[in-house]
Amino acid sequence: MSYNPFSLDGKITLITGASSGIGQATAIECSKMGAKVIITARNEERLNETFAQLEGDGHQKIIADLTIPEDLDRLIESIPQLDGLVNNAGVIKTLPLKFINEHDLINILNINTFTPVFLTQRCIKKKKFSKKASIVFSSSVGGVYKVSLGNSMYEMSKNAIDAFMRSAALELAHNGIRCNSVNPGMIETPLIHRGTYSEEDRRKDIEKYPLKKYGQPQEVAFGIIYLLSDASAWVTGTSLKIDGGVTL
Amino acid sequence: MELQEFIEKFAAQFDETDASAFTPETEFKALDEWSSLTALSIISMVDEEYEVLLKGNDIVNAETIDDLYQIVKSKR
Ligand SMILES: NC(=O)c1ccc[n+]([C@@H]2O[C@H](COP(=O)([O-])OP(=O)(O)OC[C@H]3O[C@@H](n4cnc5c(N)ncnc54)[C@H](OP(=O)(O)O)[C@@H]3O)[C@@H](O)[C@H]2O)c1
Repeated sequence: MSYNPFSLDGKITLITGASSGIGQATAIECSKMGAKVIITARNEERLNETFAQLEGDGHQKIIADLTIPEDLDRLIESIPQLDGLVNNAGVIKTLPLKFINEHDLINILNINTFTPVFLTQRCIKKKKFSKKASIVFSSSVGGVYKVSLGNSMYEMSKNAIDAFMRSAALELAHNGIRCNSVNPGMIETPLIHRGTYSEEDRRKDIEKYPLKKYGQPQEVAFGIIYLLSDASAWVTGTSLKIDGGVTL
Repeated sequence: MELQEFIEKFAAQFDETDASAFTPETEFKALDEWSSLTALSIISMVDEEYEVLLKGNDIVNAETIDDLYQIVKSKR
């Protein structure tokens, strides 16, 4: 009965962007798989909502804006050695090419690309990873497996982090640390419910999905759990599509 | 904000359609050149020029350029 190669029993796992959507579902599901999670985000109220839903004890929550260097330093100082890191916080803004501007581009690259790079780099430098640790990046099908109108800034940020993930996988392999990404299609979270697309746009878009629906945050969390667990011990440098078949 | 100026900015999001095609009564979604990219451009233009965040549904609910102008005005 207790056979479970996907177990995260006792694994200490830091999850960014845990106050909402995929990060929240990942934190909750990881706790159910036995992990000790450390959750972080900026919004205290929503982070508390996640914290209240965690199963088991020994979890930790840290309020931090990952784009603020002092916050990043404080985060690194307050964490123990990690068995897992989920670089998940991210933002999107849909703007056709001619409306690209420095402010939005820098903001997107900062959160989606630079902060996961710096968080990983700091953890390595401060020797925060245990042997056989697993790092997972929330990338996207967008920018890696497909592109869509108006999302060039987001797509370049995700393609960049996907490339970083592979470079890191190669470089950290000798420490026994694995790096992979999950690459979701459209997932029902606040990120895609910003109102840019009408109900009609949404219906038409869902038609493009062979499985005829958008994904749920848990469906990405389960992929992340696989990559964090020893079940994926021989998997590194993989970009795992979780997309209802949209890229087929 | 002024309707005439809004129409000019609206028209600037099109490349093929003649400027004379744009009046307050123009049913813009019926224009040949209208596409999902034009819709995104209109939303982005309104955000940049008027600091109003239009929703996809606002575009659906507006028939004419004036309809959309009224929506933008009401959100200012
Ligand atoms: N939903 C989708 O369809 C989809 C598809 C493919 C990939 N993804 C990726 O999956 C990840 C999670 O997306 P989601 O859909 O769950 O989005 P979400 O519901 O909007 O959540 C985003 C999370 O990122 C955090 N965050 C944003 N800026 C931050 C900052 N400066 N510092 C710290 N935390 C910050 C937010 O927390 P606070 O606001 O509390 O700080 C929030 O917890 C993102 O990387 C996204 O690009 C999503």
